Amino acid sequence: MALPKRQTDIGPPHYEKFLPPVIKKNYGKWKYHEVLTPGTMVHVAESGDKIFTVRAASPRILSTATIREISELAEKYCDGYLRFTTRNNIEFLLSDESKMKPLLAELKEKKYSVGGIGPRVSNIIHTQGWVHCHSACTDASGIVKAVMDELHDYFTTKELPNKVRLAVACCVNMCGAVHCSDIAVVAVHRKPPVVDHAMVTKSCEIPTTIGSCPTAAIRPNPKDKSITINEERCMYCGNCFTVCPPINIHNPEEDGVAIVVGGKIGSLRTDPKFSKLAIPFIYNDPPRWPKVVDAIKNILETYAKHAKKHERVGEWIERIGWESFFKLTGIQFTFQHIDDFTFMRDTLRTSAAFKY
Amino acid sequence: MSGKHKTPMLDELEKGPWPSFVTEIKKASKTSSMPNMADDELGQVEKSYRTKRGYWKHGGIVGVLGYGGGVIGRYSSLPEEFPGVAHFHTVRLNQPSGFFYTAEALKMICDIWDKYGSGMTNVHGSTGDLVLLGTTTEHLETIFAEYSSRGWDLGSSGSAMRTPSCCVGQARCEWSNINSMDICNELTQHFQDQMHRPSFPYKFKIKVSGCACDCVAAIARADCSIIGTWKGNIQIDQAEVKKYADAGMDIQKEIIEMCPTNCMSYKNSQIKIADAECNRCMHCIAKMTKALRPGKEKGATILIGSKAPIVVGSLLSWVVVPFIKCEAPYTELTEMIEKIIEWWDDNAKPRERIGELIEVKGMRPFLEAIGVPPQPQQVFEPRKDPFFFWSEGDLERK
Repeated sequence: MALPKRQTDIGPPHYEKFLPPVIKKNYGKWKYHEVLTPGTMVHVAESGDKIFTVRAASPRILSTATIREISELAEKYCDGYLRFTTRNNIEFLLSDESKMKPLLAELKEKKYSVGGIGPRVSNIIHTQGWVHCHSACTDASGIVKAVMDELHDYFTTKELPNKVRLAVACCVNMCGAVHCSDIAVVAVHRKPPVVDHAMVTKSCEIPTTIGSCPTAAIRPNPKDKSITINEERCMYCGNCFTVCPPINIHNPEEDGVAIVVGGKIGSLRTDPKFSKLAIPFIYNDPPRWPKVVDAIKNILETYAKHAKKHERVGEWIERIGWESFFKLTGIQFTFQHIDDFTFMRDTLRTSAAFKY
Repeated sequence: MSGKHKTPMLDELEKGPWPSFVTEIKKASKTSSMPNMADDELGQVEKSYRTKRGYWKHGGIVGVLGYGGGVIGRYSSLPEEFPGVAHFHTVRLNQPSGFFYTAEALKMICDIWDKYGSGMTNVHGSTGDLVLLGTTTEHLETIFAEYSSRGWDLGSSGSAMRTPSCCVGQARCEWSNINSMDICNELTQHFQDQMHRPSFPYKFKIKVSGCACDCVAAIARADCSIIGTWKGNIQIDQAEVKKYADAGMDIQKEIIEMCPTNCMSYKNSQIKIADAECNRCMHCIAKMTKALRPGKEKGATILIGSKAPIVVGSLLSWVVVPFIKCEAPYTELTEMIEKIIEWWDDNAKPRERIGELIEVKGMRPFLEAIGVPPQPQQVFEPRKDPFFFWSEGDLERK
């Protein structure tokens, strides 16, 4: 069978093709919006026209069957229009308010989780994990599922002081904005890599491999036509493994995850912030990572109890001080928490004013 | 052949209220013309759960004729045990701006993917593409012909201009100071060659957010972050201010006292703003959307350099151009981005992101190369040490 004629460099289809008529008409002329329920909102245009949004959760890995199902729901209730959010939620776009109730009823019947709008937990940004990545030292999808099963009420109903953005990265490459999330999980190694010298000789470029190391822990090893790792200098980032796979950084018995907190993206009230280390290590414990789930829930609920309205996790911690954060959450402070790398100068305390 | 592996650990993750990726993978094996793929994917992931390690090899070089990106090779390290995922390549389809779709378009995408792929997707990948997970090398040309003939192109991968992405912008948000969806679309079209034929030192990402809420996280994960902003006074509707107060909002506590610049006051049900003091953070506007609106002169701030921590620590983007007009056809913006990329391309080592290059070379050579003057908006504070360079041109005698 002959193939259809391919086209190159056409770029994506123009977005206008996918906009509901009410959006096309009021594009750039929206006046305000109101959050109606944790999973619904209305945007009102200068013209008085309205568009209603119903937001539902997605596991991000979607089968074609599920995409067809949500497409059919969009045809039934939204004249075929829908979108996805930057956090991978599904948004049904309704120009007819009367169709919202039956859509919500059908979503409930089909066991979709509706929510995620306003001061609560939204979908967790996450990476591929063991499902599809060579670099992963945990499974992102599994942790997300386990955490969101536990925090489900914070997506569908319960309110928090402000939105809480969660993320999971399956290695320190951190695809997605894990490094600026309210609470995030990042998988880490704790042992230097093991080198397969014969394979390094065969498949790696030695200067690139040496250059990949941020702490200059890799030296040439002319005897084996390979490299040597100064294990005392290695901080297990895995960058050498990325450029030279026979330098194996994976160590199932010693790999696991760290938990970082207090990052944000927006400039509201305070500047965007990086997340900082809260818990240096928890072992991988599939399928449900119970200690990771408990740790996140503890931090989230401590924040919910103590933060002021509109404060994000990082703003709350900065107001009370990190020493108070460790006290309130009961998290142990360790040597790993004290920065001895790029940000050391910015993070050691240079003041005699602090709390106990 | 469906369900040929026993997957007790993954089956556990089908329980509970949150939608399950395991259920999705199982469903994919039922509709794909190659049910072995999703089946063996499940088998391999179950094995990972048992042994706590992954079984994927580094990406290999595969693609479609004439393109150097858009497809990422992926191979199982256990091809005999899991032949269905021996080849399990990723195809990145370039998403439409703002992630808007019609049911018709999505169903078309699914029909082709069930025919030539695993039936598994990511909607969307971290960069923004609609990711089709899992196909074999021999199907790639067919997949590309099927999609491109219907108006859908591949996104990007490798050391290239990565698929730009954006927030919902003016399509459905009253705060968007710029037409983020249109800017994203125009930049994507402008840089097609650089997207599909990797020729850069490393990846280069562009993300466009309509305001400082930054829903696409541009400031944290784009080499070039374009964030909408305004000049001039915040527009106040005092009648709506009163309605917020009447509805129970504690304006003094929630708005006035949370303003980072203390530029607001509230008396007799009226808000006053000393706009010259305002840093346009968006807190008050986001909390009182009916009463407060951004000022009328719209534009964008261009910030440069953010990336994830590999390898000497994360970077947030730095303000480079505090304010640039952003009206179609965005000539000024596009020319500025081209100059930024040219300097990076001329100076960077392989695998060096632009933020890292600026750290090595300093901000001055970069600003001079792109023709942007030094401005206090580019720094939190001036330097603290007395060690600074002078060029011959700086040494003006009186």
